[in-house]
Amino acid sequence: MIKTDILIIGAGPTGLFAVFEAGLLRLRCHLIDSLPQAGGQLAEIYPKKPIYDIPGMPEVLAGDLVDGLMKQAAPFKPGFTLGERAETLEKTEDGQFLVITNKGTVHSAPVVAIAGGLGSFEPRKPPLGNIADFEDKGVSYMVKNPEDYRDKRVVIAGGGDSALDWAIYLADVASEVTLVHRREGFRAAVDSVEKARALDKEGKIRLLTSAQVTGLSGNGRLETVLINHKKKGGIELETDFFIPLFGLIPKLGPIADWGLDIKDNAIRVDTFDYSTNVPGIYAIGDINTYPGKLKLILCGFHEATLMCQSAYKRINPDKKVSFKYTTVSGIEGF
Amino acid sequence: MDSVKIKAIDREGVEHMIEAPVDMNLNLMEALKGSGLDVKATCGGMALCSTCHVYILTDHSLAEPTEDEEDMLDSAFLVEDNSRLGCQLRIESDMDGLVVQLAPDGD
Repeated sequence: MIKTDILIIGAGPTGLFAVFEAGLLRLRCHLIDSLPQAGGQLAEIYPKKPIYDIPGMPEVLAGDLVDGLMKQAAPFKPGFTLGERAETLEKTEDGQFLVITNKGTVHSAPVVAIAGGLGSFEPRKPPLGNIADFEDKGVSYMVKNPEDYRDKRVVIAGGGDSALDWAIYLADVASEVTLVHRREGFRAAVDSVEKARALDKEGKIRLLTSAQVTGLSGNGRLETVLINHKKKGGIELETDFFIPLFGLIPKLGPIADWGLDIKDNAIRVDTFDYSTNVPGIYAIGDINTYPGKLKLILCGFHEATLMCQSAYKRINPDKKVSFKYTTVSGIEGF
Repeated sequence: MDSVKIKAIDREGVEHMIEAPVDMNLNLMEALKGSGLDVKATCGGMALCSTCHVYILTDHSLAEPTEDEEDMLDSAFLVEDNSRLGCQLRIESDMDGLVVQLAPDGD
């Protein structure tokens, strides 16, 4: 079991800065994130894009901001559970919170700070009315084990790297691979595109461009995908599997079931200290809501700072808060 | 003209008249979101998430989509010839009377 002072759910900019502020107060932090790396949206969605509204930094690449926050947090030796989603939260008799991930890692802390942004990243599901009926009955949103598709017919949809890479890989595994994409061009790596076009010529896969999947049908199990082709019109294609690969989108996920006061996919907090309706659980950054809320990184930094003051009092009820100016004392790590 | 009127049709088919100032360097996504329409705008307007996918229902002549916008529309669903990302359309005075419809949202 991993024990810490403040367990932070979400290793985005707000969660990372909370490590620094907690460290100044001699509190240790551990972070859980469903993504395989720290940095949240900044690392996953836009690492190469500049950000212009960080005070004192006229222009900074999102990835560089994450690197800076990691460096700033490093003296306080944060722990990380990455690539795992915080699944359940419960309170033990001795007042600790137990948080268990989807992979079974157990964490314990007297304070939990939810800094989960817009939630955990999950595959984006196409808005096809009956798609949920075929999940695990022919429809999957990721390739877990390529052997599942051996000698089967597979339809993949999407135009990015994962769609092309899997179409290429499954060409030698599946009996039939069709890649459906809405236009002629692909946004994937050039050599993947060339490889896929070559396989198409050899008849090992079929590229169906200027086409989109518009419906699914089957009796208990997926049997047919309905495709709308710009020139040829409606096409019915018999298949065993349909794998839509349209990237990731954040979802609130299991946090919604933790007994917190939730409004419009955000957690209501008291702006005094960003505490939630459950004593000991705080919510900071994009995941919280309050009158006047702005979803900005710089607001998350402010919220993290005030949260740590309150968490300190909670963990050390008998001590006075030791507010320190770093200009006077510098940074003293663990 | 200081502002333009735009009609937005939400995913339930309800029409909303919104007014957007032209001197604020706003984009359509910001104008829709600011008027309370359900636009996630996960990436904050960088043509990186496609959650502001809309259909343009009038024949206003708008700036052609960039390659970045076309790339990102690949991860949207049910893309049509009149599909655009709201975040890539700057509110201009010649947009008055524009009618847009929010595209179905992937769950």
